[in-house]
Amino acid sequence: MPEKKKKIVTRIVKSIHVDVDKCNGCRACEVICSALHARPKKYSSNNPARSRIRVIRQPLDDIYVPVFAGEYVKGECYGRNKYTINGKVYNDCAFCRSPCPSRDDFMEPDSGLPLSCDMCESEPDLEKPLCVRWCLAEALIYEEREEAVPEKVEQGKLELGLEFLANEFGMDKLLDSVARMMQKDEKVNREGTGHLSTH
Amino acid sequence: MRYGETGFNLEIDLSRGGIERVETDPEETALYLGGLGTNAKLLWDRVPPEVTPFSPENLLIFSAGLLCGTPAIGCNRTIVTTISPQTDLMAFSMMGGFWAPELKHAGYDKLILRGKSPELVYIWIHDSKVEFRDAAHLRGKGSVETTALIQQELNDPMARVAAIGLAGENRVYYASIEHDRSSASRGGIGAVMGDKGVKAIAVRGTGDINIARPAEYMQLCNEVLEYIEFRNANPIKGVMTIMQGLGSPQEMLIQDEKWHTENFMWGNSRVRRNDFWNEDIEKSWTATLDNYRTRLISCYNCPMKCGATIDIPGLPTFMMKCFTKLTYTMAAYSDLDFGMRIAQRATEYGVDGFTAPQVMAMALELLEKGILTKDQFPGMPEDSEGRFYWLLDRIVRREGIGDVLANGTYWAAKAIGTEADPFAHNCIKKHEQLPLKLSMLNPIYFLMYSTGEKLNITQIEGQFPQAPFPEREQREEFVKDWFQVPDDRFKQYFLDWNPRGENSMPFYPTVDMCCDIVDWQEKMHYIDDALGMCAGLSAFPLKPPYHIHNYPKFITAGAGIEMDEDKLSQAAKRYRTLVRANNIRRGMRREDEKPPANHWKKRFPELEKQLLDAYYRFKGWNEDGIPTVESLRELGLHYVADEFVSRGILAEEKTAGSSTAADASSRAAQSVE
Repeated sequence: MPEKKKKIVTRIVKSIHVDVDKCNGCRACEVICSALHARPKKYSSNNPARSRIRVIRQPLDDIYVPVFAGEYVKGECYGRNKYTINGKVYNDCAFCRSPCPSRDDFMEPDSGLPLSCDMCESEPDLEKPLCVRWCLAEALIYEEREEAVPEKVEQGKLELGLEFLANEFGMDKLLDSVARMMQKDEKVNREGTGHLSTH
Repeated sequence: MRYGETGFNLEIDLSRGGIERVETDPEETALYLGGLGTNAKLLWDRVPPEVTPFSPENLLIFSAGLLCGTPAIGCNRTIVTTISPQTDLMAFSMMGGFWAPELKHAGYDKLILRGKSPELVYIWIHDSKVEFRDAAHLRGKGSVETTALIQQELNDPMARVAAIGLAGENRVYYASIEHDRSSASRGGIGAVMGDKGVKAIAVRGTGDINIARPAEYMQLCNEVLEYIEFRNANPIKGVMTIMQGLGSPQEMLIQDEKWHTENFMWGNSRVRRNDFWNEDIEKSWTATLDNYRTRLISCYNCPMKCGATIDIPGLPTFMMKCFTKLTYTMAAYSDLDFGMRIAQRATEYGVDGFTAPQVMAMALELLEKGILTKDQFPGMPEDSEGRFYWLLDRIVRREGIGDVLANGTYWAAKAIGTEADPFAHNCIKKHEQLPLKLSMLNPIYFLMYSTGEKLNITQIEGQFPQAPFPEREQREEFVKDWFQVPDDRFKQYFLDWNPRGENSMPFYPTVDMCCDIVDWQEKMHYIDDALGMCAGLSAFPLKPPYHIHNYPKFITAGAGIEMDEDKLSQAAKRYRTLVRANNIRRGMRREDEKPPANHWKKRFPELEKQLLDAYYRFKGWNEDGIPTVESLRELGLHYVADEFVSRGILAEEKTAGSSTAADASSRAAQSVE
């Protein structure tokens, strides 16, 4: 397939590399995260229960895992991951970073609203997220990398998704599905429910 | 709104099952700060000297410090206060870990236990919900084991648990309270907890801790963070490895134990093994520590890694810190492998790692001398290690000879008979001390050992180097960036201090300088204990990040109490005097204030008398060590003065009219505004 010429732009991707081997379990990251994001004024209070990072600390099993709050998901996951570490099975949502309706983690204790890590972007003056600065154990390592990417075209994302589906299921099946969806769509539109179901 | 503190205590009456959330008086915080300070006030108000350690009226107070749980790095101490069964004096043992911040987030500064529960219970504090829970199934369980079982039962791995083991349940006089990687060990506070029928206290909190002046406070915290980084990168030159850095002694990290094993005493704190350390031992001990140590770990909000998880194949995992690493090893003339193995069992049982090995070593010495007889040790193995396990098992169960030994060396020797007395030789105020015997009297240490009421030298020393540096250039180098001193005169004391000849010990530092130095060192510990700060970042190491110059700012910005250096010094002096007042009221006097007779070989009775006389005067105490009416009134402790007079501890002031109680109290009120 002939490549269309696209404008290449660079963007900065921020991430925090977690080195669980270095975590000392002190929870300073939780303290300082909750302090920075305190309301009405930053640092006016602190409370790890409001933190966007939490350290899963099971010292007797040597488990020290800082987890950052991710994006909210509306529904409970289908399957739950299980991790066996040193012979102990962790089959709950222990290491999941998403706030979701089925658990209390990463929810504001008062409002119940989900929390998510913003890499401290609310504080543009900070060189790096504050949890990283406060982690003298160097278990949290801030990484910024420049990524050369084609200029964002709306269609790009869609095509990427379709390409994945085509690879996964084959182009024929994909086309079949699209056709069926179009028929359904027409039907729904005729019946006037306005509700689109893909299941 | 209250800042730093929550403004509420949780009062629990175990006899009647009463639970009350009680608002505290902010005036009391201004006067006594919090933590140890307000604990001393509670004890004074509510535990008269007639109350014995195991009476229901004795209080067991778990207090967070004033700034615990705020972003102040390393501020995580729980100060546990009660009347000690071992000394019959005020005990104020402390623990790090995660418990105190959690209590604050649950909405309380202190948990105050009184009475006795008819059944063994554990207490579950979950924010505003407080429950008694049956602990029958936890009876006899180890402290670490209990913690895991409770977290499982509550289905909350974040619940912070402080628990006792078998030793506490059976009221062993040196039973500890164990929590996570920390323990409150000294003074037998675990025995009081067991006596009250409380196996454990679990706490979980999700509330805010408020800061009075957020921007200023963060600035201070950031300065501390930066200074910790600086100190970690710049160890102090000219002192031994263990004194170079911050934190409590890095026993879980360092492998080279030449200094401890050759300078501290073995057995029943008598034998020095000058040429003990060699390459083979270093190799074998290094392998032991490397094999068993899983990870170096920290307390809440602290970058120092003073503790470690220890995983010995075939034994349950536990956590360890500091000098317990060697106390069992050296008491039993054994090796590190044994020391770490028995420490695992001792941690589950919950005993003080300083006292327990000394008691066992004394028992074996008494057996060797024929003062105790073989039939008192039925079935005891022949090898030293086996004997220690055998004794430990009997002590925590109070079985046979273990029942006598469970009361510590002082009371055990008393029970065994006068010929046993000389074997309980390493106590101050009936409490076992570090196994250390030295040559030349150190006048600074003489005062600290004599007058310290925390009864542990590490909890009064620090700040000022333990010994002079050989060369003047080294001293000049040391004082260059020594900004922690309250005044530049301390630099001069140190600069002029020579190892021998002119200006050397015991007559230098002079008596007056010693008073000054000891007062400074002690003051910093007392401030730590009110704020909840770990001494490892403050009073204990040389050149710490917290000091008399930034502490007042922390209190002002954090708790919203206007503070300066003078006012803070005065507050620390107030509750330090109140600690003493509690003990004086319980009978402590000058005759109790002395180091073990054999602590130094070269003693100077006349100088020692001068030192104590001068220090008592310096502190505002009379020649018997009792705070005078005048000094009490100056501190606003007129109620103490009144009670001392009414109890006949002090005579009425001779020059009446010069200052009345009312005058003094209004002065004190002004000084805390």
